[in-house]
This record gives sequence, structure tokens and C-alpha cells, in this order.
Amino acid sequence: MADPIAQRIQNDIETNDVMLYMKGTPVFPQCGFSARVIQILTHLEVPFKSANVLDDDELREGIKAFSHWPTIPQLYVKGEFVGGCDIVSEMFQAGELQTLLKENGVPVKAQA
Amino acid sequence: MAMAAGEIEALVKAALPDAQVTVEDLAGDGDHYAATVVSEAFRGISRVKQHQIVYAALRGRMGGELHALALQTSAPE
Repeated sequence: MADPIAQRIQNDIETNDVMLYMKGTPVFPQCGFSARVIQILTHLEVPFKSANVLDDDELREGIKAFSHWPTIPQLYVKGEFVGGCDIVSEMFQAGELQTLLKENGVPVKAQA
Repeated sequence: MAMAAGEIEALVKAALPDAQVTVEDLAGDGDHYAATVVSEAFRGISRVKQHQIVYAALRGRMGGELHALALQTSAPE
């Protein structure tokens, strides 16, 4: 993987247990889909790091090529691509996201 | 930039002939859709792979001329 942007992404997702590529910032998401994922992560009180693709065109295109996934947001847990907004929402509603996070040693707020 | 609901359905069915596809135009602007795709091709594979199959069927339109497609995929019950 000689591509510097792919290397940067690889490094980001390996050094951060939960990494979110999004439009905007957690405080000020600039797309409804990114906002939805932020809402879920915040609700679960999951520690995560985010990158704003709107600040960086190279990253915006690079992340799509990296995951073979055409849209943003993209959530990664322990270096693995979990999904975009639809998948993350579905998994959250089914409790699967919470299980996945716990299995990967990420603290999740206990909830009903 | 907009894309017709029928076009989405036709592209998905061209790639997945057995698929049951429903497409709903959420905002009435030809740009924000919700689609449900049920196909035997999805059995036993991860959601990421299921969605990647649908995106591949849309041949690069997703993320480009098609801004928002909320996607739900599953294998037949």
C-alpha cells in the first residue's frame, strides 16, 4: 500500500479503536447521515475519534476507495469497516453494535 | 442530477434478477430514496457485502448523482 492517503487511513483505524469518517464535526455534523451516527455513538457514550472529510478532498475520495464504499459516514471498529449510517442504525437497533463494541473491548454505556 | 426510482429498481434487478425491490422517493426530489432489496444472493453474507452488491449494481451512481439512498437488504425469509 504505497498510497499515502490509504496509509494514513490504515494508521488512523489501527490506532483508534472507534474511528468515524464523517461530514462535519461531532459538535456540528453537516449531513443528516453523519449526524445520525454521532447520535448513536454519543448515546452509547462510546469514545471515538472522527475525521471531517469536508476539510480534506483527498481523504474524502481516499476513504471511498479504501473501503470500496461510495458514501460517508463510515464507521471503523478495531480497524474493521462496520458500515455506513443504515448499517450502523440497524445494528444499534438490534443491539448488535453494542455487542460488537463490547467484544472489541470498547466501553459502552449499559442500557436497556 | 436526479435519478428516477424506476431506474434504481431496473439497475438492481439487472444485477440481481431474483430481487424484490421497493424504492420510495423520500423527499419527492429524485435525490433522496429509501430502498429495500430482498435477494437470495444476500444469504449468509455480511451487511457490508450486501450493500456493496447493491452499490455495484448502481454502477457508480451512488455517492454521485444519487446523493442519498437509505438501504435495507436481506435474504428472503
